Amino acid sequence: MSALPDRARSLRRLLTSLLLAAAVYEGLARSGAFAPALLPTIATVARALFDGVLDGTLPAHALSTLYRVLIGLALAIAIALPLGIGMGRYRPIESFFLPLASALMPIPSLAWVPLFILWFGLGNATAIGIVCYAAIFPMLINAWSGVRAVNPLWLRVGSAMGAGERTLFWKVIVPGSLPFLLAGLRQAFLRAWIAVVGAEMLAASDWGLGWVIFDAKEFLKADVMLAALAVIGLIGFAFERLVFGALERLTVERWGMLRAGKG
Amino acid sequence: MPHIEVHDVSLTYDTPAGRVVGVADASFDIERSEFVCLVGPSGCGKSTLLNIIAGFLAPTAGELRIGGKPVTGRGLDRGIVFQDFAQLFPWRTALKNVAFGLEMKGMAQPERERIALEQLRLVKLEKFANAYPHHLSGGMQQRVAIARALAYDPSVLLMDEPFAALDALTRDDMQRLLVDVWQASRKTVVYVTHNVAEAVYLADRVLVMSPHPGTVKCEVPITLERPRDPLSVAFIDYQKELLRQLSLNARG
Repeated sequence: MSALPDRARSLRRLLTSLLLAAAVYEGLARSGAFAPALLPTIATVARALFDGVLDGTLPAHALSTLYRVLIGLALAIAIALPLGIGMGRYRPIESFFLPLASALMPIPSLAWVPLFILWFGLGNATAIGIVCYAAIFPMLINAWSGVRAVNPLWLRVGSAMGAGERTLFWKVIVPGSLPFLLAGLRQAFLRAWIAVVGAEMLAASDWGLGWVIFDAKEFLKADVMLAALAVIGLIGFAFERLVFGALERLTVERWGMLRAGKG
Repeated sequence: MPHIEVHDVSLTYDTPAGRVVGVADASFDIERSEFVCLVGPSGCGKSTLLNIIAGFLAPTAGELRIGGKPVTGRGLDRGIVFQDFAQLFPWRTALKNVAFGLEMKGMAQPERERIALEQLRLVKLEKFANAYPHHLSGGMQQRVAIARALAYDPSVLLMDEPFAALDALTRDDMQRLLVDVWQASRKTVVYVTHNVAEAVYLADRVLVMSPHPGTVKCEVPITLERPRDPLSVAFIDYQKELLRQLSLNARG
């Protein structure tokens, strides 16, 4: 099986799903059941999207949102990856941090926004903090599980061939838990992406896609809101497919540690 | 001086159900370049004994020496091959799996890959050097595991039922290949199996183990010329002898 027909089939599946959903929406918008200002047609939303892109505001909003996500995600990975791996490998670290993580994990990241605003003020610091909070736990739990799922035979063989703790870590534990680490990264990005929009609605001033939606509400501009939602979905989709999909194809799928995904 | 000396080695575990004796007072010597099979029913402690020799488990009593030196843990003087195909690193190609031990020794990449390729040639897999393990059959994966265990040139090769999960035809091929590899490399081999025919085909000497508690009951030297013919009368007589010893022990 070559890559091209697979890729083409995947694209066809994607277009079919999207077109079908769009047709249902368009039918609903034109049915007259709702006011056009509340449920604008796809053409109206597309025009709002086009105008926003053309005058440069929408890309600028998207960039500031992306900036918050990427910085928050990077911070979350810097904390959660070593901590999760440490928890999987060393009992004292696990017994100290696991109860803490279990207690903090169920708190919705948005519930922290008012406090974060008091601590960090309105703006980037709060949004980044919320993103980081949302992204930490999926990364942490997956890294912790991944290390515990490493085949003990690999550790045994590795140490029999003279690998010390440090070498075992880099050459056996990290690649051996990679399917979990990538799954964690994927989930962390999604959680971060979800959290940033909420944080921007509540805490950002003037910039960000979440803020665009919140601001458009004041003027009853449903087309702008939908255009911003489309951009949010599009960027999330691009990361999911292009970045994380590619990472998996190049590593764990190629090594046979994970079955290739279809769809 | 024998290459491996095992003197009154015992291992007991403390489990929730009480103290369990895994190995009790096992004693034997193995000469340099000798091929010894440990044979016994499951639960007789033969794998435990192998893991003690490998240094993965510390005996609770007794003494173990390799090359005159007491064994205190794992070491690069021993290579080990397990039954499970999953022992290879899936994220490394066959070549890089075989080169792992040399990498740990700090050998430069061109040098270690040259040696790894030689080892793959010895197990007739040089064409698959750049394949990942999941593209190889079970038999091929076990051959890579053997090459990997030999690549850093340990003096002892420890094997824990390496061919038990293979089909019968592949197993026959692998046994022939292993004898060739052993004769070419002259390693001391300790090979655990519950398959009597396999032991008679491979071993210079078979140590028969019995369970409850696990210990070495008797030894049977196999003096047949190599290559051995599994259908010859003498071969079958050895099998009968081993089976008789095993059933005697089972009755206790």
